[in-house]
Amino acid sequence: MHSNKYVTVYTVIMTLVVSVVLAVVVSGLKPIHDDNAAVYKKREILKAVKGYLGSDLDKMSDKEVLDLFDKNIKQVVIDANGKPVEGEKAEDLDMAQEEKKPLADRHYPVFTFESDKGTFYLVSIRGNGLWDKIWGTIALKDDFNTIAGASFGHVGETPGLGAEISDNPAFPKQFEGKTINEDGKYVSVAVVKGGIKKPAHQVDAITGATITSKGVTEMLDRGLRIYLPYFESLKK
Amino acid sequence: MAEIATQVEQEKEPFFGKKERKLLTDPLSDNNPITVQVLGICSALAVTTLVNKAFVMAIAVTFVTAMSNFAVSFLRKGMPKQIRMIVQLVVVAFLVTLVELALKAANYPIWKELSVYIGLIITNCIVMGRLEAYAMANKPWRSFVDGIGNGLGYGVILIIVAAFRELFGKGSLAGFQIIGNTPDYLIDTTKNSFFSWYMPNNMMVIPAAALFLIGSIIWIQRSKNQNLVDVS
Repeated sequence: MHSNKYVTVYTVIMTLVVSVVLAVVVSGLKPIHDDNAAVYKKREILKAVKGYLGSDLDKMSDKEVLDLFDKNIKQVVIDANGKPVEGEKAEDLDMAQEEKKPLADRHYPVFTFESDKGTFYLVSIRGNGLWDKIWGTIALKDDFNTIAGASFGHVGETPGLGAEISDNPAFPKQFEGKTINEDGKYVSVAVVKGGIKKPAHQVDAITGATITSKGVTEMLDRGLRIYLPYFESLKK
Repeated sequence: MAEIATQVEQEKEPFFGKKERKLLTDPLSDNNPITVQVLGICSALAVTTLVNKAFVMAIAVTFVTAMSNFAVSFLRKGMPKQIRMIVQLVVVAFLVTLVELALKAANYPIWKELSVYIGLIITNCIVMGRLEAYAMANKPWRSFVDGIGNGLGYGVILIIVAAFRELFGKGSLAGFQIIGNTPDYLIDTTKNSFFSWYMPNNMMVIPAAALFLIGSIIWIQRSKNQNLVDVS
């Protein structure tokens, strides 16, 4: 057995060595981590308009993604009333942090993508799945009615079931061409089980993922509604 | 622990002799950490949906078992016996954090998918099991080889299970699309009349499938090798 003094000194030295080394590594790698996170986020956003990029998003290098984002995308941050907020960048907005604020204080990002195939408005939405948060980016055409594309993400939905919203490209693809308004009134797009009755506003649910599908419906309805006042102001 | 090392240290042994070779090959078959020692099952169920993920996980675990075995074996004489487990845990946690930081810098999307499981290597029974069973009683170089062997033994099973699950669950292998219902796949089931009946097996994607597959591997291995029947 070692003496208490030996054990104490051993522990202190061990803790110091480990924490100093880890601190150095973390701060050394931080710029790389931040760059990677930024590229990842931009790829997730661009996924919603991947049919209009002109090249395959998966094959684009990180630099090409950043260039495209800088050149073709305008960023606006809006407040809960749909008024643009000065001095904030949409790409720096963290939806998870916004969610912790009271409803009236939340800010929302709008990315305007301009390409030779038209102008698209990309908005972020966030809601609840079965186990944890789900989110998505919806791209609307400049009539503010037709969905040009969608992409979804999640924290921990069941693989093969709820996780199909992001794993299976066929699910987000269903949203292309759907409309969010009917006779000038907002109706959103619903994920429904067992047969689509209104093809313009409904998509097929994933078998076995009832709660995730309901979560997507709720997220779309509530999420897109927030951006409506801003779209109205753009129409004028 | 399934085995306790009781080797007698001898003078003047070759750098990589018979014993080292045995340490490296044993965990691949007769003393496999997953199928024989039945350690590390938790992550084997979770990260085996895709071959690429399983491969990264296998490399990470091999690195951690080898380096922690080496470090703990190196420190074993000066290590206070009262806080033995705590020191081992610090070594393992330190290495796992390094692996996670490196992966986050090298391949962010894979890190994003694996991050929870990389962190859980700390609690992977294989790592602690080898430290207690081997590294605490043997010299650093041999402990290092033992760590590599066990990491590879774990990785081999992980990749076999992942290959089955990815092929039958998603119709692809290591990201290469083989069979499915869009033109992106090598065999397009909507056009190829011979495979028009094919549907991906959704059960393969859920963790239960990994349990059945590992169970089948254990069954086959034991029916071929009678020495293993009495182990458990």
